[in-house]
Order: sequence, then C-alpha cells, then structure tokens
Amino acid sequence: MTIALTINGKTASAEADPQTPLLWVIREHLKLTGTNYGCGSGLCGACTVHIDGKAVASCQTAASQAVGKKITTIEGLSADNPHPLQKAWIAEQVPQCGYCQSGQIMKAAELLASNKKPTREQIVSHMDGNICRCGTYPRIVRAIERAAREA
Amino acid sequence: MNAPINNKGTLDTSISRRSLMQGGAGLTFAFTFGGAANAFVDANTQGATGKLNAYVAIAPDGIITILTPAPEMGQGVNTVLPLIVAEELDADWSKVKVQQAPVDAVYNHPVFRSQYQVASLTTRGYWMPLRTAGAQARRVLMDAAAAQWGVPVTELTTEPSTVVHAASGRKLGYGEIAGFAQAPTQAPEIKPEQLKAVAQFRFLGKDVQRIDMADKASGKPLYASDVQVPGMLYGTIARAPVRGSGPTSFNRDAIKAMPGIVDAVTFDHGVGIIGNTIEQVFAARQKLKAEWKQVKGSSVNSDKDLQEYLAHLRDPNHKGVVVRQTGDANAAIAGAARIVSDEFVSDYVYHAQMEPLSCTASVTSDGVEVWAGTQWPTRCVAEAAKTAGVEPQKVKLHVLQMGGGFGRRAYVEYVVDAVLLSKAVGKPVKMIQSREEDVHAGRFRPMTAQKLDVGLDASGKIVGWRHRLAAETVYPYLYGQARLDNDKGVDFIVIAGADMPFYDVPAHVTDHIYEDRGVRVAAWRGIAAGYTNFAIEAMLDQLARETEKDPLEYRLGLLKDARAKKVVERAAQLADWGRKREGRALGIAFSKLGVPPVGFSMTGTVAEISLDRASGNIKVHNLWCVADVGLPLQPDNISAQLESSLIFSMSAALKERISIKDGAVEQSNFHDYGVIRMSEVPEIKVEVIRSGDIPLPVGELAIGGTAPAIANAFLALTATRLRHLPMSPERVKQALG
Repeated sequence: MTIALTINGKTASAEADPQTPLLWVIREHLKLTGTNYGCGSGLCGACTVHIDGKAVASCQTAASQAVGKKITTIEGLSADNPHPLQKAWIAEQVPQCGYCQSGQIMKAAELLASNKKPTREQIVSHMDGNICRCGTYPRIVRAIERAAREA
Repeated sequence: MNAPINNKGTLDTSISRRSLMQGGAGLTFAFTFGGAANAFVDANTQGATGKLNAYVAIAPDGIITILTPAPEMGQGVNTVLPLIVAEELDADWSKVKVQQAPVDAVYNHPVFRSQYQVASLTTRGYWMPLRTAGAQARRVLMDAAAAQWGVPVTELTTEPSTVVHAASGRKLGYGEIAGFAQAPTQAPEIKPEQLKAVAQFRFLGKDVQRIDMADKASGKPLYASDVQVPGMLYGTIARAPVRGSGPTSFNRDAIKAMPGIVDAVTFDHGVGIIGNTIEQVFAARQKLKAEWKQVKGSSVNSDKDLQEYLAHLRDPNHKGVVVRQTGDANAAIAGAARIVSDEFVSDYVYHAQMEPLSCTASVTSDGVEVWAGTQWPTRCVAEAAKTAGVEPQKVKLHVLQMGGGFGRRAYVEYVVDAVLLSKAVGKPVKMIQSREEDVHAGRFRPMTAQKLDVGLDASGKIVGWRHRLAAETVYPYLYGQARLDNDKGVDFIVIAGADMPFYDVPAHVTDHIYEDRGVRVAAWRGIAAGYTNFAIEAMLDQLARETEKDPLEYRLGLLKDARAKKVVERAAQLADWGRKREGRALGIAFSKLGVPPVGFSMTGTVAEISLDRASGNIKVHNLWCVADVGLPLQPDNISAQLESSLIFSMSAALKERISIKDGAVEQSNFHDYGVIRMSEVPEIKVEVIRSGDIPLPVGELAIGGTAPAIANAFLALTATRLRHLPMSPERVKQALG
C-alpha cells in the first residue's frame, strides 16, 4: 500500500506494507541511504533518525508510526550548510569506516538541540546506545564538545 | 577505450604507445611495477581527460587524477596512498582528485602480488612503487617543459604543480604542460636516490584532511549496502549453521508463497531467498525451516573442545607443527634450575563490523557486474568469474568502501553468494546478511589454548622458552590447503606474534597443535597477536614477580632492542609508572607488528585499572600507548588507528565471546555479543615516534598490548592471574575465589 511520509521537509511516498521498518522504507524505497542497517534490533544506533525532533531507531519504528510526523535523516540535518556537528566531525577527523557515523551525528544532534552546553558525562550518557567498532568514541566526544563551543 | 599495456620485464618503466592521448587533451602515465606482465588495463577514470593507465592523469585545466590501488576500510589509505604520489609528483594537493583503481595486475600489492589488503601492509607495500610513479610523472613533465623551453632539464625544479626555470624566471603549470606534452615511449628511470629526501616532504609527515571525511559526515552512499541498480531484487542466504554443511530439505513452497518472494533456491552451503524488497526477504528468512546435513562440526561444543585443547597441550607426546626454533629450547628447559609454566586460553571472537556483509551482483549474457566492499578485489574478480562461468575479463568489479573490514572481508564468499543469487533469477540482486546471519555464519578468530614453559637458570635468567598453541588453522580457508603444505604447515595467521626477536631469549620454540574441529574461522584484526602476545607479556609479568623485579625494570633488562626499550620506557613515563594510585594499579606490555623483510613497528602500552570486587567488573581508567611506526606519514590518522586498535582489542579482552553448542553459534546480535560502548572507553593517550625513513605497519599495531597490559595491572592490584580471554566479570570473580 502507499505510505506518505514527510522526510527532510518534503513529502515522499512509498509502496510498502505499513509494518515495514521505517529504516527500509527510507533506505531502499526512498533511496536515502545515509541511514544505515547495523543490527535490526535497536541495539546499535546506526539507523538513528529524528521523528518530530526525537532520535529513534528507524529499524524499530514501523513506517505507519511515522505517518503525519516530521522525519529527519542525515541527508536533511541541515538545510544547505553543514550542521555545526558535521563541521566539527570533519575538523576532529572523526570517521574511520564511517558506517556508524550518520547515526552518531543524528543522536548527537538531538542532544545539542535541547542542551547547548552538555557536560562530558551528559554526552557519554546520551550517546552510549550508539556503537562504533572503529574506536572513534573519543573523537565523537571531542566533536560534540567542539560543536557546542562553536555553535 | 580499453588499451592493453605490454610490459617488458620487471622494471616499472614501460609505457604503451596506445596510452598517448590524441589532440593534447591531457597526459597519462602508464607506469607499472611489480613485474606485472601483459596486464589488461580497464582504463575507467571517470571525468579525467587523460585516460589513465596506472596512477596519474593530468588534465589541461590542471586537475590531477590519482588512482588509489588499494581498498579502504576506514584506516585512511585512500588518502595516504595518493598523497605519496602527489608528494613525489610535487602536485598541488588542492588540485588532486582521487579515484579507486580498477582491478588489474598493474595495481597488485608488491608483497601479495594481488590487490589484497591485510597485515597492515598497504602503505608499507605501496610506498616505493607509488613514490616512483609520482617521480616519474614529474620527470616527464620536466622533460616536456625543458624541450619546450630549449633548456637542459637539469636547470629545472618544481613547485607544487609548476615546473620552474629559475635562470629565466619562466614557469609552466602542470596543466599547461599536459596540454602540449606527449608521454614518452619509455618512462624515465628513477633510482631510489633520486626520490625526494624525507626532509623535503611537503605533505607527508603533516596532516591533510582525509578525503572522505565530508562524505562520511553527511551520509553519502559509499558502501555495498547502499548500491541501487535499476531492476534490482534483494536476496539473502541462510547459511548452514555448521561449516561444510548444507540443506537437505526446506519448506520451499511455504517460502515461495510468501509476499514478494521471487524464488527460494538450494545451494550447497545454504538456502537462497530472493524477493522484491529486503523486508519481504528477511520476513521469509524468519519462516525458513530447513534440515541440515550432519558434518564434522555438527556436534562441536566449544567449552568441551577447550578442555581437549588443554589436555593436548599438557601431553608432551602430543606433537604439533614446529613453527620456528632458535637454539634448543626443550633441552634448555629440561636442564633449567627452575621452570615457570602457565596456560592461557582465549575464546572465539567475532569481527562485529558495523556493516553486515553485503554485495550486489548482476549476471547477464555479457558477464557479471559486482559491487562489493572487499579486502581482496583480485579474488573477487576471480571467484565472481568462476561462479558466473565467465572469463575474468567479463567481470566488472566496483570496489566500494567497507563498513568495517577487520579481516572479515579478507575473503569473498559473500561476493560468490550475490553472484549465485543473481544467476539464479537472471536479475541484479543486492544480497544483505541480517546481523543474526552475520553472527551465525560468522568466521571467528580461532579459540586457543596456549602453554608457556620458561626455563630459568639459578640467577633467574631465562635460558629457554617454549610456546605451545592449540587452535584451528585459518590458512586453508583463506589460501587453500596447498599453501599450508607449501609453508611446511606453518599457519602464520594462527601463530603470528609468538616469536620474541626483541627479547633476550637464547633458545625459543613455538609449536602449533592443529585442532581441526570444523568451526568457521578467519583472520581477525591483529591476527594471533591478540592471544600470543597476551600469553608472552602476561608470562613476563609472572617472571618479574618470580624474580622479584618491577615489571618495567624487568622488561627493560630483558629487551635487547633500542627501539623496543624506548616505546616501553616512554609509555611508562607518560603513565607516571612509579606513582602509586589508591585502589588502582598499572600494567605494562610490549607489542610488535611486522615480519623481518618489511620491518617491525612496536608499541609500549600501559593500562590503569580499578576493580569492583562484588561484580568482578574491571574498569580501565587510562590507556597510554607509545608507537614507533618508522616514518609517520599522517600523524593524526596514525593516532586514530592506535586509538581504534586499543578500543577494539580492549573490547575483546574484556567482553567478547562466541560460544558454539551442538555445532551452532549461540550468539546472534549485540545483546548477547557485547562490545565496548562509549561509556566504557578509558582516557586514551597515544604518542607516535619516528625512528626511520620508511612507514611501518600501523592499522593493527596497537592490538597486541592491550589485553596483557590489563591482565598485568590486575596482577599488580590483586596478586591474581587472569588467564582466560575475555576477562569477563564472571571469570574475574572466579579467579579471585
């Protein structure tokens, strides 16, 4: 069936079962491949998007649950300029393989939207659900702190 | 235009006439190296006007396209390899565009003679060939400018992307020269002494931004799982739970009746499911009911196997393959005044790369097109060709970035899977493994049991060292049984790091007892050093205690190499080794990476821990790691790799464990295969030391020191030895009694 979604400020429709995880609708139906599949079980954070500003695991969200809401993916994080987090990510040379990074940035963006000057403890506590196998954790923390400073 | 290149001999100096551009549209350099004969080059630089054959194309507008011959898995080689070319070319880096080289023998890694990425040897292996290629291109540009100006080339120099004739004040940009120059039929010979002196480097040694940072911070499609091909279907393979097994039957009709399912296919090694969407394929996978053939590994129980490994180690009549020996360690130990022995075990560990294995393939009457993130592009082409039943020239492979390699992508069975699926339905298929499949069908670092026996003389000096190891072999999977036979049965993947070239150990023997259990095994980051160096460095602390020496002093007395002493000493200095900490302790370890022909890089690692006795939880507060990497080409990226390896190995040291029961892997996702998270990461301080003019292996360097540094800190804190990796809270409590 046709599902109409609002993604990154635009409407988009997909032919999919309403129970399809939002992750697959975003990635494979709508071809927005910046959001990644890491575990399918809400354990790793690679699929993190925003729904009405809240960071959620899109693999744990049925597409039908996102209808009528504002979905933001990494592609829509910033209208035309890099987001301060993205600038900080580049300045701190954060990514290695890069596969977890969209989810990391989306999760971090949720934090900075509500807490402009997070402490290190708040950052770590907020980000702890996002796994990185390349060991970029220390740089992620520094990038979030940098983005908070420079915003 | 696809122009075969004829290479003569092994010198990297021949250029095919067919590579010359018509009409002065740009300049390409057909430099080859490594003895590739009659290489077929698929020149597919998109957008570069000079049709590239090997590494460099320069367009009249000055844009320089440099091809990178190696895959990228996050370690940053797709920046540093082009940078090496740009350095000797004396290019303006801001004018450089990087492209992935196609698969062709001309791009083979000189050590592996294949496009193959393992052993942290990418930068080290391509170092001289790429420098030479850049220097040759620069020389061609200078010769062309000299001819244009009618001056001897010896009067010319270069500035970034510019040839300069100081005497007359004339300058020509590389782009301008590309507009009129013709590549010579014979490339200029560049001797090593004609390359830049390290002191003259403009880029190497200082950090440039990695070329893929912006893409990775904005979700650009980079990975095999991102591929979108018109008309593509989705597929997955449910592999038999046990290696070598396959389906005897499955509920084919029920699966095929499910929504969106196009086909369900029996393969030798599993069931293939193909459908219109990935969600339908995964839904069908959940409903699969299959019977599997009983094979050798079908009754494996890893806990039971470990006991058998230990029994074998303890039985001196149970012989292994002698991997290497210096002197007569058995005699020295037999005649020693005192023998110190201990046993060390390590569980299977899973790569847990963030991108589950994925590959897209399209088999047509013309051949097969493949999109894959892979550590072995050359092998991908060969196996895709074989699977599709076509000649290798009919395979077009797009080498994409990997969402983590760590050795998991060092073989290509997932590429074969995608080709099989596409062949079965006659359409392009994107194969994605679920995380559960990625774990169940994972290939693991072998489980090991090790026994070390060290003979000491009356004064406590080491006279002999015996290192026995029981584990599966990995070579047959990666390279075939023939390779194991050729190497006299020595499986380097499984025993690397057991040697002790930098310690004063006069007699040393390593032997490997093969345990062929039928479990899926593979190379895992750092390969054997993760457990062999654990045993060595934990034993050294035990010996230090036996001889009543401080572990740092003991090591500095025993190390016989200045570089090795320096990294250990410096790490201890950074950690303020002598300072006692209330409720915490420090542990130290040395580690190395490399093989004699290419050189060794080294680390000294110190861990600071505390312990919650009630829970058995070890908290690592600090890790200090000092690395001697020869010549650091990109210091910040090297630091990133050290941090990466420290965290990766710490995760395995404390948390990671695969167990096998009745032949099947018991774990399935991140809830039961725990990996280190941000909250568990210590403060990490790394320091990079330059000790020479050659870049030495980096990517896996900091793997080997972490587990022993933590175990040694635990020993200092509690006087208790931890000997089973991972050092989980349960095992800690058990050890404390």
